[in-house]
Amino acid sequence: MNTVHDLGGMQNFGPVVPEANEPPFHHAWERRAFGMTVAMGGSRLWNLDQSRFSRESIPPALYLSSSYYKIWVEGLTRLMVERGLITAQELSDGRSRVPAAALPNVLTADKVARALAHGHSTLRAERAPARFAVGDRVRTTNVHPRSHTRLPRYCRDKPGTITKVHGAHVFPDANALGQGEKPQWLYTVRFEAADLWGPDTTASAIYVDCWEPYLSPSPLGEGRGEGR
Amino acid sequence: MELRVRALESLLVEKGYVDPKAIDLLIETYETKVGPRNGAQVVARAWSDASFRKWLLEDATAAISSMGFEGRQGQHMVALENAPRVHNMVVCTLCSCYPWPVLGLPPVWYKSAPYRARAVIDPRGVLADFGVTLADGVEVRVWDSTAEIRYLVLPERPAGTEGWSEERLAELVTRDSMIGTGKAKAPETASA
Repeated sequence: MNTVHDLGGMQNFGPVVPEANEPPFHHAWERRAFGMTVAMGGSRLWNLDQSRFSRESIPPALYLSSSYYKIWVEGLTRLMVERGLITAQELSDGRSRVPAAALPNVLTADKVARALAHGHSTLRAERAPARFAVGDRVRTTNVHPRSHTRLPRYCRDKPGTITKVHGAHVFPDANALGQGEKPQWLYTVRFEAADLWGPDTTASAIYVDCWEPYLSPSPLGEGRGEGR
Repeated sequence: MELRVRALESLLVEKGYVDPKAIDLLIETYETKVGPRNGAQVVARAWSDASFRKWLLEDATAAISSMGFEGRQGQHMVALENAPRVHNMVVCTLCSCYPWPVLGLPPVWYKSAPYRARAVIDPRGVLADFGVTLADGVEVRVWDSTAEIRYLVLPERPAGTEGWSEERLAELVTRDSMIGTGKAKAPETASA
């Protein structure tokens, strides 16, 4: 979806402001928001791509004016209301009014260490040979889906070069829609900065991880910074 | 937000969806156990041990896991080697992807619109915000973490640290130097 989470290359946001000796959390509620979001992710009622899609679906003005943990709270709340786990009325006063849903899994304290150590590998068995190899010239697709994608706008319809092949990984564009994992080959693609931004950049190259459906073969000689 | 989050948690606890002790444990893990000191140990070992460095650059997931750092947000690791003519910087323009097992949770600026917007188009401008200037000829490579591959920058080892132990070297490794928005500290600034 073309919205404000896809920030790469946007301008006028001001300087980056680092904070010396920054703590992991700045407010007590951030701690609980973080813990709840990770714990509810353990319910297996939604996957990582669905939770990202939920955060991206926050209205643009609200997204940009929210701290990152507030975005997490908004995203978590949406996922739970959409799935009927909680109601808007319950949210407003914090009291349960309808029976609880049965969760496939509750992340209890005894399961935390294992869940964190285990994590969520997205590597899956390969079902077909990789279409591209290191050194291949490719061009990204020109698509603008209304749903979730991990191909940023700034590198759509651009020439690049494959620099690494990562194996087949869960495909977010399908997984976010509940269509299953549909594993696809994942590559790192190097884009010459001039091919993305013309002369208006201080970068030399941008590397983006791209799934095979984002890529097509590119005519020889295309790209390589000719816009510089 | 304080009241809103408290109401949400009491609702989820009442419904049996979350275990407050699990939330406590998650918070404690990332406040006290998992943070950039993990990554600093990895970098210090790579500076000290050529065979580990080679392993880290070829298979970062396995090399890092051998030191006990693995799991959530670090299943598929890639190490990026900085050199006199190459500087790497890591960003997630779409959200906040970050290598938790080695760096902990991301700082606010990493998740902020200014960093996510500018890192891919004007990395030298971003570096200036951190007080870092690179020579003109240095190739600046920016890595956008769009998949579940997580990147760790291997900063250059500072001069004047020959013969240092891994423990001393680790003190020179800052979080920002492993994201690529900084360099490792010079030896004279280290407390040891």
